[in-house]
Amino acid sequence: FMQRGLDSQTKKLLEEEEKKIISEEHWYLDLPDLKEKESFIIEERSFMPCEDLLYGRMSFKGFNPEIEKLMIQMNSRCKEEEIEVDDKMEADVSDEEMARRYETLVGTIGKKFLRKRDQGVLQDEDEDGNSNTRPSKKAKKKFLKPQD
Amino acid sequence: AAGGAYWVDSQQKRYVPVKGDHVIGIVTAKAGDVFKLDVGGSEQASLSYLAFEGATKRNRPNVQVGDLIYGQFLVANKDMEPEMVCIDSSGRSSGMGIIGQDGFLFKVSLGLIRKLLAPKCEIIQELSQLYPFELVLGMNGRIWVKAKTVQQTLIIVNILEACEYMTAEQRKQALAKFSGN
Repeated sequence: FMQRGLDSQTKKLLEEEEKKIISEEHWYLDLPDLKEKESFIIEERSFMPCEDLLYGRMSFKGFNPEIEKLMIQMNSRCKEEEIEVDDKMEADVSDEEMARRYETLVGTIGKKFLRKRDQGVLQDEDEDGNSNTRPSKKAKKKFLKPQD
Repeated sequence: AAGGAYWVDSQQKRYVPVKGDHVIGIVTAKAGDVFKLDVGGSEQASLSYLAFEGATKRNRPNVQVGDLIYGQFLVANKDMEPEMVCIDSSGRSSGMGIIGQDGFLFKVSLGLIRKLLAPKCEIIQELSQLYPFELVLGMNGRIWVKAKTVQQTLIIVNILEACEYMTAEQRKQALAKFSGN
């Protein structure tokens, strides 16, 4: 196929022939695309999804505790609806208490993300009694020119 | 729940490997890194030693010829040799692997396996009331049973085999005889 000493012309001829063959193949490939239609039928060879079969490994009366745990795990995947119902029934904390706690929670976490300057503002709001000392401190923070 | 699924149910004894099915295989040969398993199909299935949970090249699973393996098909079509693995897509074994010592393996028809694996199978529920035992059902028609004594094991085997042809009443009578033991 790759011969030494091939003239450049014969090489070009060979390449052109190859391209022709490939482009013919391209034509061939186009046709099946047109013919393919989407079929709404999916073929499934296993019986598992048809009849909702259980997991094949089972143990009874505690003969093999690991397999019994597995049984609960595997078969609970099939019965997820029952688990959802159970969650709604149990509520350790009542809704009102949750609302109260959440209210205060938002405040405390909000404080955490304030910048230092803003934190000072917050403290002003909380402690109005000490407001006299604060403005004087803020005045000091301005840049003081060094005296010669 | 299968919505809009249609299937044809017929009585079959010969198993045809299907991808994703869990089956019981018997190790017939060990060829280097791969085990050959008999699954009751037209060909033997291959199982790589790395297809077990926690298996590495240095940490090989202890599988001998004649062992029973519970695994699922990774590849199963009519053009290729079926391949099995004892590990699921997340890398956990979830019950698959070598089935332990003792116990009894026997063959039933595929229809009975499907009946036994149905969500609310009376046969299984009634048997589970008798005495503690362990059961592995392969979709290839093979069942493995292990109970505390040989006698109990054989009783379960006989009941399961006979369930094919017994009616529900006959079965309850048979079980009532044994629940006294």
